[in-house]
Amino acid sequence: MAEVPKDLKYTEQHEWVHISDDGTEATVGITDFAQGELGDIVYVELPEEGAALEQMESFGTIEAVKTVEDLYAPLSGEVLEVNHLLTDKPTLINESPYDEGWIVRIRIDKPGEAATLLSADEYRERIAEGA
Amino acid sequence: MPYVQHTEADQREMLAAIGKARLEDLFSAIPAEIRLRGPLGIPPGAAEYDVLRDLQGLAARNHPAGGMISFLGAGIYDGLVPSVVGAILSRSEFYTAYTPYQAEVSQGTLQTIYEFQSMIAHLTGLDLANASMYDGSTALAECAMLLTDHTHRRRILAPAGLNPRWRAVLDTYVSDLDLEVVTVPNGPDGRMDLAALATLCNDGTGVLLLQQPNFFGLVEDTTALQRVLQGLPAERRPELAVAVDPVSLGVLVPPGEYGAVIAVGEGQSLGLPQFFGGPLVGFVACDRAHVRKIPGRLVGATQDSEGRRGYVLTLQTREQHIRREKATSNICTNQALLALAVTVYLAALGEGGFRELAHMCLVKAHRLGDAIRRLPGYALRWDTPYFREFVVRCPRPARDLIAAAKSHGVVAGLDLAAHMPGCDERDLLVAVTEKRSDAEIDHFAALLGRLGGR
Repeated sequence: MAEVPKDLKYTEQHEWVHISDDGTEATVGITDFAQGELGDIVYVELPEEGAALEQMESFGTIEAVKTVEDLYAPLSGEVLEVNHLLTDKPTLINESPYDEGWIVRIRIDKPGEAATLLSADEYRERIAEGA
Repeated sequence: MPYVQHTEADQREMLAAIGKARLEDLFSAIPAEIRLRGPLGIPPGAAEYDVLRDLQGLAARNHPAGGMISFLGAGIYDGLVPSVVGAILSRSEFYTAYTPYQAEVSQGTLQTIYEFQSMIAHLTGLDLANASMYDGSTALAECAMLLTDHTHRRRILAPAGLNPRWRAVLDTYVSDLDLEVVTVPNGPDGRMDLAALATLCNDGTGVLLLQQPNFFGLVEDTTALQRVLQGLPAERRPELAVAVDPVSLGVLVPPGEYGAVIAVGEGQSLGLPQFFGGPLVGFVACDRAHVRKIPGRLVGATQDSEGRRGYVLTLQTREQHIRREKATSNICTNQALLALAVTVYLAALGEGGFRELAHMCLVKAHRLGDAIRRLPGYALRWDTPYFREFVVRCPRPARDLIAAAKSHGVVAGLDLAAHMPGCDERDLLVAVTEKRSDAEIDHFAALLGRLGGR
């Protein structure tokens, strides 16, 4: 069973979001379930730091051996930092999806959007339904 | 399931789906003067031999370059093709195969493609090359789009000295995209005006295309070009993509050494006849940073479970059959057989032979250029270094000289004004390949001398 940490928020596109205690920043990655479905990640196309993202806009791609998927911004905001380690070691996402395999850090522009994210329980239900 | 394609009901349904009233509306982009109106003028039935005789009669009206002495190039050249090329190509293992879809069972095919890629990468001075493209012009257009996508800048700079057919293909490719093609003018020496280039580079300029040598055969000053590009602030500096005559790389600096991130070209002069202007074989080479964006198939070398060398199609996630509508290109194929011809040709020549080939082109072209310079009434259009092709300013319209030379069994070259806007009707584009003997060259110069006076 894929791990779904309690303290994170989730999206229908199988991304996790960690919102900082003061509510100003979000760290984003893909879930344990998603990495398991994709298999070995071979490449992550990252956005440029400083880029402005709109919620649900594609900001990069994640590529496994036989497929490629878009990454969607769970929240609107500016890209503060991308995980450059993924350039040389994309399998960090497989090995540690919720920690070393984080993808981007965003400065949250519209705090209200956080309400549209799924809770851990809701996300767990989605993947149990076969989403 | 009916096996009849496109019933009238199907056609109506498809036309309704795309909002067209009539089938005819789909062909509106085709110029009316080349559209066939009504059925072909063929009698309802004829004996096989009668048909053959008619067709042979039509074919006999052609003037194939093989039966003449040709100085026509303009992108497709009359070079020597060693017999070994045809001998290998006609082996059924290669001849009947298409681009490998069940790839890994076709180890031999994959190996030849891998060799092709390695040779092209080596020639262009870049990290890797793809398994080939339809032709040089589509390779260039694909790469222009790729680099605007990569840089997120929508302006493409195209040189005035670009092959006009390639420019037309580029314009067609971008016509429905939110991209802009701007022409960089030539200076008085027939090469890219580098001062004008600098002013055209703004923060929306994603790519600069260069043709080396340019359509007029002139060798662009890539050292000065690189200096200009490096002098621009990063936010105004476009990525450089070069369309290169591969044969020139036997004497000229490869694109990878003057800052190009992509090199494309037409491989026809590496072991293929001129046919009728096609089929052709394009190539794309790039640096490592662009590998995930380049179009076409890529073959990689790997090891099997027993440690033996094997070949695979790699990085297929770039391609349309996986990435679908998000693919950067819809090319999922290659010109496998023609790329094989290039591979055999290059292998047969070897590195020393290849340098000799380029030297022969250079020396023979200059033998002709020097002879023409001495003819009364003739001049070279520019006093600029050239490789194997150059523009002659003739005393009479080029089209008249071309017609007159034809009756002497000589294809004199290209009537530049008919193909390139702004050229004078007396400008004749002349190409000399390694195939032309000194006697043929001297004969042509003498013929021009005689025809020029009339």
